Amino acid sequence: MAGKAQPKLLEVRDLRTYFHTFAGTVRAVNGVSFDIAAGEVMGLVGESGGGKSVVGFSILGLIDSPGKIEGGEIRLNGEDLVKAGEARLREIRGREISMVFQDPMTSLNPLHSIGRQMDEVLRLHSDLDVKTRHAACVEMLENVGISRAEERLKAYPHQFSGGMRQRVVIAIALLARPRLIIADEPTTALDVTIQSQILKLMRRQIAKKGASMILVTHDLAVVSEMANHITVLYCGNVVERGRTRELIEAPAHPYTRGLIDSIPDLSNRHERLQQIPGTVPDIRNLPKGCNFRDRCPRAQALCGEVEPSLTAQRGSLSAACHFPLRPGKRA
Amino acid sequence: MTAFFQSEFFYNYRRSSSAMIGSALMASFALAVLVGPFLVSQNPYDIAALDLMDSYKPPFWLEGGDPRFWLGTDGQGRDVWASILYGARISLFIGLVAMVASCAIGTLLGLVAGFYGGLVDSVIMRIADIQLSFPSILIALFLMSAVGTGIDKVLIALTAVGWVVYARTVRGSTLSEIEKEYVQAARVAGLPNSKIIRKHVLPNVLTPLIVIATIQVGTFVLIEASLSFLGVGVPITQPSLGLLIKNGFDVLFSGLWWTSVFPGVAIMMLVFGINLFGDFLRDELNPRLK
Amino acid sequence: MTEATAPMLDVRNLEMHFSLGGSVLDRLRFGKKGIRLDRPVVRAVNGVSFSIERGEIMALVGESGCGKSTVAKTIARIYKPTNGELRIDGEDVAEHDFAQMLPVRAKMQMIFQDPYASLNPRQKVRDIVAEPLLQQTATAAERREVPAKIEALLARVGLNAEHAGRYPHQFSGGQRQRIGIARALSVMPGLIVADEPVSALDVSIQAQILNLMKDLRDEFGLAYLFISHDLSVVHHIADKIGVMYLGFMVENAPRDVLFSRPRHPYTRALLSAAPSIKEKRDKEEIELVGEVPSALSLPSGCCFRTRCPFAWDRCAVERPDLHDVGDRQTVACHLIDEPERDVA
Repeated sequence: MAGKAQPKLLEVRDLRTYFHTFAGTVRAVNGVSFDIAAGEVMGLVGESGGGKSVVGFSILGLIDSPGKIEGGEIRLNGEDLVKAGEARLREIRGREISMVFQDPMTSLNPLHSIGRQMDEVLRLHSDLDVKTRHAACVEMLENVGISRAEERLKAYPHQFSGGMRQRVVIAIALLARPRLIIADEPTTALDVTIQSQILKLMRRQIAKKGASMILVTHDLAVVSEMANHITVLYCGNVVERGRTRELIEAPAHPYTRGLIDSIPDLSNRHERLQQIPGTVPDIRNLPKGCNFRDRCPRAQALCGEVEPSLTAQRGSLSAACHFPLRPGKRA
Repeated sequence: MTAFFQSEFFYNYRRSSSAMIGSALMASFALAVLVGPFLVSQNPYDIAALDLMDSYKPPFWLEGGDPRFWLGTDGQGRDVWASILYGARISLFIGLVAMVASCAIGTLLGLVAGFYGGLVDSVIMRIADIQLSFPSILIALFLMSAVGTGIDKVLIALTAVGWVVYARTVRGSTLSEIEKEYVQAARVAGLPNSKIIRKHVLPNVLTPLIVIATIQVGTFVLIEASLSFLGVGVPITQPSLGLLIKNGFDVLFSGLWWTSVFPGVAIMMLVFGINLFGDFLRDELNPRLK
Repeated sequence: MTEATAPMLDVRNLEMHFSLGGSVLDRLRFGKKGIRLDRPVVRAVNGVSFSIERGEIMALVGESGCGKSTVAKTIARIYKPTNGELRIDGEDVAEHDFAQMLPVRAKMQMIFQDPYASLNPRQKVRDIVAEPLLQQTATAAERREVPAKIEALLARVGLNAEHAGRYPHQFSGGQRQRIGIARALSVMPGLIVADEPVSALDVSIQAQILNLMKDLRDEFGLAYLFISHDLSVVHHIADKIGVMYLGFMVENAPRDVLFSRPRHPYTRALLSAAPSIKEKRDKEEIELVGEVPSALSLPSGCCFRTRCPFAWDRCAVERPDLHDVGDRQTVACHLIDEPERDVA
């Protein structure tokens, strides 16, 4: 770890969020733990069905029936959000934790002007007067790169393009100066040139405001450009975590290795891509032992018996694997 | 069959009390109209079975009530309970047949309008719009006064009123279906339009119709009752629930309330049951709510 | 044999315009000059030319709204082109009607983007895969061979015979895309138009599908028109690449030429914006401002000038044509004539 111990902003311990459906219990998040320090950007990576979005929703207390947080702790500055009531959670959402989703239209109200929606956040979460609030809104819109802010405040969401809407959502998310921003696939729906604008903007604004961020995404490339730390999820479990560069360059878990090798990269061209064989197992019916063993090139008898737990590996890495990779070796 | 009882649909059904109540009401009406007439002693439309001495008997729990006629009798001495069972039979028959006819005609027109677009679409949908800008009871009344009364005429009037909702729904779903990639794939495969409609569009636009059809039976029962109440519906020899209410209505304020109130309650329970079950179906079959 | 020399696909000045509007009532406009009918036209594809040889993979890249999917669907004759030539195996099919198209469909099939929407949820896998084949079989004897062929196809794309009796919802996204590939393959076409075939898939599954598509190309000598927004995917699979912007082809080059020496400012911006897991290389940074203009009213002159960091007055007046700059690379940009302006 780094020399000075940074204060932990968010501590998630053994979080378990299950969905009780007709077809059985879906253990979407099954014992996930991680920490986020103040000012840190953490990437939460995994494929569909990995449970990464559910982690974000659990932290926000936005799990609806048939889902339920079955256990664990989510401590924000020491306060356990799992035990907090709905009233307290509403207070926290927007003021201490805010969110940015993939589809900006889900978080913008099509019936209200942008200005009204921005003002509402400040009215709820600050004691500023009307004039100061208006000035803050204008400033924030300019910060996210929207020109003629004064005028645009009167516009409605449908008058903006997709990229502009996502800028507005980011502006709203930053308004109340939250300490943590949860961004769930914030650029997945956007074109690559717009994506790079938005990522730059988010990086700059977060650094400026000193906030922390959880970046939930399937895109390792995006995460590697944004995050300090990466946590990799597979079937609701953390399989590996560590500092971004260490994890990308020499991961210890075969799944992480497989993910990285599956990405066609501009700088090297293999005739065939490395592929992870098979598909993600049915999450209602997980295999005994390690969830990844059926797709893993290193699996041995032990992997079918004992589920590996997250243990410290070299450097900043920890991985849940009985036979972790050594640097330099391919899977 | 076991597959059905293990399905998610059945699982949710068991957890929805409104669905259970609704379907129980519907089932008891179905049972009542199928076997009910065999269980009552009197056929209310067999004049030989009637006795004017029995006229206007109150329900059995009131003074002067007769245990043979537990819901009382009307002016001709007909048992109200037996009349309801026979009447519900006619009401439900009309509702179901008119629904099937509306559904068939409306679906066909909606498919054609949505798939081919252009002038055909404009013509069909403008007729539908005009139709919708009048209250359906008014259209039915107008048609009935033009073609005369009778069960067949009621069916024609209801179908003329009922097709529009199917046509509009099917047209809308067809428009979204033909944009889907599997319809484009069928074009690339070289399927002719007729096959694309039959194999790819039609099966995928039917689901929302189940809900509409269910609720429409209830609506049709009500419209038919209104027509009969207004005297332009079914003939007096084949009284539906609506006609029973009308017959009793004439003497309602003479204190002989049971002759019209009990058929009214029957209609209410039937339509209520249908709508409860229809709401459940709507929630269950709507993929957006899942 | 003249056909032996004809490319598998040859597209010349392809245009595809859609008139919006709906009914007459919706299009009525009441202006100062009285009542008139409004006729808005979306210019989705504006004169695109390229050709693909047998066994070759050509990719079209660009951002949403650039017309790349419309090109794909026009070539597959889901749409009828507004203008231009469309030669498949030497035969111009742009004006073909349904009956004339049927034999052409045995030479050209399509793979779609959305593994969920591209399979009819109410058809069994064997019926889905057999659909194109059944349109091409005339005799009962041919029809009897269909089930065996379907089984072989499913095996080839990595599914098994037992899967044939199931419905699409019982499969994962990657498996569904395999079903879609088997369907396209069923008539053994020479050309497959693939519209964003992997963009809806997880990265590990994406690699499986890309590998499968490459193997099939090697095995059957297929030509692909591969539509994608993802430069790294295109870099991996394509032999040559066309970059599209607002319905125009702005650059067209063999893969290695395009990636090592991109000439059009838009191509350069795309390359600089592509995120990468590698540590930042010493790459050119071109940041684009603003967003893509509407295809309802194209800008005058060069289509890209509203976002181009190099644009000058000439770009607003004169629409640049594709210029050959050597190495089979063509670029539509005035910077080729005036390279001294190429300073950020």
